[in-house]
Amino acid sequence: MVQAKKTEKAERSDGRKLNEMRKMEAKVGIIKRADGSAMFKIGTTVALAAVYGPRELFPGFMQNPEKGILRCNYDMLSFSVTERKRPGPSRRSVEISLVTKNALGSAINLDQFPNTVVDVFIMIVQADAGTRCAGITAASMALADAGIPMRDLVSAVSVGRINGKIVIDLDKEEEDYDGTTDIPCAFMSRNNEITLLQLDGDISAEELKQAVELGKEGCKQISEIQKKALKERYKEIKNE
Amino acid sequence: MNNLDLREYITSILANGHRIDGRKLEEYRNPIEIKTGISKNAEGSASARIGETEVIAGIKIGVGTPFADSPDEGVLMVGVELLPLSSPEFESGPPGEQATELARVVDRGIRESKMIDMKKLCIRKGELVWMIFLDIYTINDDGNLIDACALAALAALKESVLPVLKDDKVVFGEFTKTKLPLTRIPVTCTLYKIDSYFLVDPSTKEEKVCDARISICMTENDNICAVQKGGSKGIKIEELDKAINIAKEKTKELRSILNNSSVK
Repeated sequence: MVQAKKTEKAERSDGRKLNEMRKMEAKVGIIKRADGSAMFKIGTTVALAAVYGPRELFPGFMQNPEKGILRCNYDMLSFSVTERKRPGPSRRSVEISLVTKNALGSAINLDQFPNTVVDVFIMIVQADAGTRCAGITAASMALADAGIPMRDLVSAVSVGRINGKIVIDLDKEEEDYDGTTDIPCAFMSRNNEITLLQLDGDISAEELKQAVELGKEGCKQISEIQKKALKERYKEIKNE
Repeated sequence: MNNLDLREYITSILANGHRIDGRKLEEYRNPIEIKTGISKNAEGSASARIGETEVIAGIKIGVGTPFADSPDEGVLMVGVELLPLSSPEFESGPPGEQATELARVVDRGIRESKMIDMKKLCIRKGELVWMIFLDIYTINDDGNLIDACALAALAALKESVLPVLKDDKVVFGEFTKTKLPLTRIPVTCTLYKIDSYFLVDPSTKEEKVCDARISICMTENDNICAVQKGGSKGIKIEELDKAINIAKEKTKELRSILNNSSVK
């Protein structure tokens, strides 16, 4: 028994198995002023998301008379990382906001809300890798909480390759390890549609396919956690 | 023709394997032209033309202090400017999300493939390193800026030389014959998805109606060193396989064009 545990430990620095995600926690309805909100925690990475809207979009020339538009804003608190992050947008946060918008946009339908905007704000409170994925997962719950019509929940996790092994949910230590390939991905689990896929590193096509499959399985589990958190929220509303 | 009609038209002929300009789905525009040495004050420069799409990339090299977390490595900075002169849709002002994403996708391909041996760009550890500024400007946007920008960047890096260094300062306008220390060449191919069809190298019209795109950056041995999915729709897991296979073929094609163009 002890022996078995040892070999498992050798696989990853924090003792997880290759296909094991960190401990997760989800809570919906954490910000009362918002139309929808959620928190998602994976390991020690914590993301908050709030949704406002559909609300009228200003300036008027940005309005779309055919459907509502989605705006996403991802940022990190200055003290969420080891070295202080300068407040305000960076190139990194602009790009992540864009890929987040694309990842969530595939799932929602704003045809009924012409000339409006749905604003999604994501804040990383504590960062230990996988922040964009945690943000997307939280935001997807917040959109559902706000009552936005959706085809499915979007769940996101990072997969990657460390020391030749395909793993899920890299932590900071693994992410920074030399030669790591990091692949953030997001899925709509109902039809296995990929809505976020990024990669940096060096990996063969075969390994990429394996990694994405692993991500798909992980996202299925995350999706269950999201659903459970949303159901909890409705129990709360019933009791209020 | 409005976008809905255009989309309907484009998809209806895609079903028969045709595109609005007569190309096949997996066919780049012809010719793809790469010219190097287009700006003599740059340490390296190149233009890339794919059909009517044209971009120019230039490199300036300076010296500076390295980042604290990589004291023995040079610094690379990649910027993309979507010039208002190149499209009615681009406006003046600081880089927006399209320009930022584009720059970061190009940057990621170069950085993650370890194309430039950054350790060789260290002059004195922790004190002085070479800093590479790669700036890409769009001249005419007729679609597929990502591949064009990535290609121009590669061509410029390949021909780039270090400037003369005297008393730890760059002597402006004087170049050495030392080329940048390059290890491998990562080529980017972007697939665009309309309905269930994948096509490469879209024109502006096709780009406007596409559902999703995926950029795949590949090295000589077909390893993947950067991926970026773009666009507001998703892609199916099986479609990813297909995209990778097309990218494998197409990056080979682009690579040979790049290699032939720089025989000077």
